[in-house]
Amino acid sequence: MFKYILKRLGYMLLALFVIVTVTFFLMRLAPGSPFASERNFPPAIEEKLNETYGLNNPWYIQYKDYLIDAATFNFGESMKYKARSTNDMIAESFPVSLTLGIEAMLIAIGMGVLLGVISALYHNKFPDYAATIIAVLGISVPSFILASVMQYFLAYKLDLFPTAGWNGFIYSILPAFAIALAHMGFIAKLTRSSMLEQSNSDYVKMARAKGLGKWKVVFKHSLRNALLPVVTYLGPLTAGVVTGSFIVEQIFAIPGLGKHFVQSITNRDYTVIMGTTVFYSIILLFTVFIVDILYSIIDPRIKLKGEKKS
Amino acid sequence: MTQQPLDQDLFKVVGGSDKDSDALAAKSVSFWKEVSLRFSQNKLALGGIFILIIVVLMALIVPEVSQYKYSDQSGVYNAPPSAQFWFGTDELGRDIFVRVWAGARISLLIGVVAALIDLIIGVVWGSISGLVGGRVDNIMMRIADVLTAVPYLLVVIVLLVVMEPGIIPMIIALSITGWINMARIVRGEVLSIKNQEYVLAARTLGANTWHLILKHLVPNALGAILVTMTLTIPQAIFTEAFLSYLGLGVPAPQASWGTMASDGAKAIADYPWRLFFPAIFISLTIFAFNAVGDGLRDALDPKLRK
Repeated sequence: MFKYILKRLGYMLLALFVIVTVTFFLMRLAPGSPFASERNFPPAIEEKLNETYGLNNPWYIQYKDYLIDAATFNFGESMKYKARSTNDMIAESFPVSLTLGIEAMLIAIGMGVLLGVISALYHNKFPDYAATIIAVLGISVPSFILASVMQYFLAYKLDLFPTAGWNGFIYSILPAFAIALAHMGFIAKLTRSSMLEQSNSDYVKMARAKGLGKWKVVFKHSLRNALLPVVTYLGPLTAGVVTGSFIVEQIFAIPGLGKHFVQSITNRDYTVIMGTTVFYSIILLFTVFIVDILYSIIDPRIKLKGEKKS
Repeated sequence: MTQQPLDQDLFKVVGGSDKDSDALAAKSVSFWKEVSLRFSQNKLALGGIFILIIVVLMALIVPEVSQYKYSDQSGVYNAPPSAQFWFGTDELGRDIFVRVWAGARISLLIGVVAALIDLIIGVVWGSISGLVGGRVDNIMMRIADVLTAVPYLLVVIVLLVVMEPGIIPMIIALSITGWINMARIVRGEVLSIKNQEYVLAARTLGANTWHLILKHLVPNALGAILVTMTLTIPQAIFTEAFLSYLGLGVPAPQASWGTMASDGAKAIADYPWRLFFPAIFISLTIFAFNAVGDGLRDALDPKLRK
């Protein structure tokens, strides 16, 4: 186990290095510079700016600086917003995205698993069709459409929720649903198909033959096994949801992390791009890693590679 | 104990022959016939097919026969739906009904072509990686890993800035990472098929690699490939809408569903119909593709066989 964890951490470092490198060169390939969108500078000022940020150095020096910055998590000042450090920007906006993300995940997992179980229990009957239609609709509606429509009807027309902003729990309900629905649909589909698979297995038939009720079999027996594929999906889901959905955050005017991902790229704000990329990659790699370990705890049949075979 | 010789007369044919036993057994149905039978019992999937046929027909016909062109500016701005403009008009006075169906052409074209490119690259990449195995497999899959890890938006923006925005750059932007999923699935299929006994048997009988690929690997992986492909198209339409929302979509006066919906979303408080019509058709179409894909997956799944 210990050896396995060490090995995985090594791979993660390697992956981070590759991601940082590819991002660096992609950034430099993109035409434009962080100062391009501002009013025309006199050339002398632009020269001075480039010098301050080290953009005049040859690429390998810049690359080396970037690697050192990334390794020490010191990404420096934003090139676009003066006197704001990248770390502060992330530290400020991440808690917002985290709160929203956790809410969205709870909705997605709770409702998704419930829908999946219902449609598996009533396979090819009305509840199955209803649950499947809800799940597929969740997947089919792009989040910006869903967010806009919910905002228009529930907040603007019916006045049930605040239209936009970030001022407490009530403000987070609509955006959390807008982020959650697509994932909910996906989880519902995963749960449905793996529940169906379980319901053909001997131990479920046995439990039914003993006279256990339908729902009791689900909660005592089949759901535990059926949730394994859902657990796998949790890794990428956590990283994606927690780091913020740019579109939903923009529509509801939420000061989250998603904004920085997109804006830094359109602004060519090199330091912020690098900061958010490294941050995102670390979260993604770690959640996948944690899910893998969780997996082996939940399902004793799965042996981690590198573990001694007993 | 003496054994009485059995009287042969006790055993006689009472009628019926071996031929009749064939008639009693269920008719043997070929795999694809059975699949299509199971598919045709899936109402949701049939509904999906129906929606797709209608959307495609409307996209082909409406822009040709309508009195308006998708780029015509009628002079009536932001008009609500009426007898003259069925779906209303947008901020430049263009008829939204025609634009929805002209947009359908572009969105469907982008979705289908991107999915085809994903299919070709994915199948080739995945089957080479799975068949050859070893170090080649490792390198090919690590390349795919790196591509998924790099921020997608950065790749797309670099691409769309270097090339002028339009349909072809959009297709390239969608397929640049889109093929990876297909490659992973094909590789998985190839890996699981290539070690099965019947493949070994074919090898022992002297079948060469091409025979193996064409006769065994492709037909057996076809189901998974087909399902992945029907689910890639809605994904592409989805991503196109997302990129359009960020302002990276096809340039005006051309319209795709994505650009129309994102323009509409920004004006929703005053002119909600400008979002609703493209939004309904994007969602319906993605819904239809998903329903068909899921139906195919269920129909192809031998575990759900009755």
